Amino acid sequence: MLRQFWEGGPRRDPNTIAYVVLLVAAIFFPILVNVITGGNSSAIMTIAADAGVYVLLAIGLNVVVGFAGLLDLGYAAFFAIGAYTYAFLASDHMRVTPLGEPIHISFWIVLLIAMFVAASFGVILGAPTLRLRGDYLAIVTLGFGEIVPRVFRNASSWTSGVNGISALDIPSLPLWLQGPWSGDAFAFVTDFKVISSLAYYVIMVILVIICVILVRNLHRSRLGRAWMAVREDEVAAAAMGVNTVAVKLLAFSIGAAFSGFAGTYYAGKLSLVSPENFGFSVSITILVMVVLGGMGNIPGVITGALLIYYVIFVLLQQLPEYAVNFVSSIGLSGLVRSSGDYPGIAEFISRLKFLVFGLILVIVMLVRPQGLLPSRQREQELHKGVHDEPVIEDVNAETT
Amino acid sequence: MTVETAPPILRVDHVTKRFGGLVAVDDVTFDVKKGEIFALIGPNGAGKTTLFNGITGIFPPTTGRVIFQDREITGAKPHQVATLGIARTFQNIRLFEYMSALDNVRLGQHCRMHAKLWDSLFKTPVERAEERRVSDRAIELLQFVGIERYTHTYARNLPYGSQRRLEIARALATNPALLLLDEPAAGFTPQEKVELMGLVHKIVDNGVTVFLIEHDMKVVMGVSRRIVVLDHGEKIAEGTPEQVRNDQRVIEAYLGKQH
Repeated sequence: MLRQFWEGGPRRDPNTIAYVVLLVAAIFFPILVNVITGGNSSAIMTIAADAGVYVLLAIGLNVVVGFAGLLDLGYAAFFAIGAYTYAFLASDHMRVTPLGEPIHISFWIVLLIAMFVAASFGVILGAPTLRLRGDYLAIVTLGFGEIVPRVFRNASSWTSGVNGISALDIPSLPLWLQGPWSGDAFAFVTDFKVISSLAYYVIMVILVIICVILVRNLHRSRLGRAWMAVREDEVAAAAMGVNTVAVKLLAFSIGAAFSGFAGTYYAGKLSLVSPENFGFSVSITILVMVVLGGMGNIPGVITGALLIYYVIFVLLQQLPEYAVNFVSSIGLSGLVRSSGDYPGIAEFISRLKFLVFGLILVIVMLVRPQGLLPSRQREQELHKGVHDEPVIEDVNAETT
Repeated sequence: MTVETAPPILRVDHVTKRFGGLVAVDDVTFDVKKGEIFALIGPNGAGKTTLFNGITGIFPPTTGRVIFQDREITGAKPHQVATLGIARTFQNIRLFEYMSALDNVRLGQHCRMHAKLWDSLFKTPVERAEERRVSDRAIELLQFVGIERYTHTYARNLPYGSQRRLEIARALATNPALLLLDEPAAGFTPQEKVELMGLVHKIVDNGVTVFLIEHDMKVVMGVSRRIVVLDHGEKIAEGTPEQVRNDQRVIEAYLGKQH
């Protein structure tokens, strides 16, 4: 009797459709690419698998920014920590450090270790700083995001500085199914070295699915409710018995854990880490993905991550080429060559890359300020200023 | 055992709160007895809400002690106070506006829940069972305060009176021994005030001690057997409604000195 109230009551989750679409797309994407490129899909699949890294990062940052409402501007620091954890624990590099002995731990175990290492750093950074609110917290995380890559750059006896660490172990799977998709006959392979981009893609999709399920569970648990409450009104949440510092710390370190996780995958796939890969721009890119996709909504941030990744790493890179083809096709091929101060259309467009990126961001945020697929709460919050019910506010004002 | 002889559940012992040079609460002492409806009244700016904030740990007292169920809670954090069994509402309603009424009340049960991070991550049977219990209890509480028709409405979209009731339901969800209501009838019509006082009686009948702040003398006189009056941070009277009503200092505080 009671139960039908809350089981039948809430409107069906609109996210279900988004999840199904994303899943179907993830499954059919490799097949589609294979057909279009005529079996030469490796380059595109590599890009797709890399996009998955950003999807993981966006899901993790969404816990911090979207669920708990903590602005973290140094998220890439945990990404770096995850990547370096793999570099230290799964390469010959340790031989040239003061330790003198190489360490080779399996990729899968390092994934878990990196999660814990990053989460611990999340706690170390969070414990003293989460008493700060809003802008102050943002500044501290910004500092942390700058410090970590600098430490990796300067502690060169351990990290070989700007050169980074290369030749990391190639992840291997105890069991893998081969088939026509990789150009082989059907067979089970043991101790499969993950080299093909398709394999990375499959692993990434599986990791993303696992992470989505876990984060979704969290969001719908008492912890998720507590995050929401802290985001809305910290004083009221505390007065209702929520340990706000502990809850925020958990959000922070869970977010960090995801970043560490993604960092390990990234390092394993690239087989190289360098302090240059984890700068401020990475933190901001992830934040843009979360905000533009729809803060607080998991399918939203996944969509945001995929879109922004596509724009930055595919569209903007190819823009000069498009421009050359375009001007040639309309008979203005004179523009292609450089003359005097004019560098030629390709270089000209390439210099405008970030202007184009900025314009895309501004336009999306103007058209959909709540993000592409917003959470219902966020959508409502944005309407606050526009359609306020004055009746309620007025009664309140009279009495105070 | 009648209420008059009942042991104190809350003891406010020489509590003073200063904000810089301003003494908001000045050496106030009183007991709230188990099972009663105790009222704190006083004109605007008398320090009533400041005292509530002192008890619940939002702004701890400068000096003095707060003792709850024979245990000193002076300076405890708000969430610790709530977990020990003191719940409160706010004068200017502080609901989680973009959470449904149901979620507001479910959140109130946060400190009584036991699911660990692990349970939440993997939706273990323990967690599912607990969530079901918590949801059932939340519905019960919404029915108890009479706003079950708004179960799935965002808190901010509830009518004003229902928002006040939702705040009470959320506070009750923490399973308190003592409920602090900060002007629960503010902005109500006389009819609504009567209904609210009915609800307060129902809460006390369920074994929760109620300690309320009220502005409207008439409302308080109807429900409380014992009243403390604050003025400019000082306790100026304590006693039954009759005693308080006839107290010269109380009359002066409310109506000004007669010349």
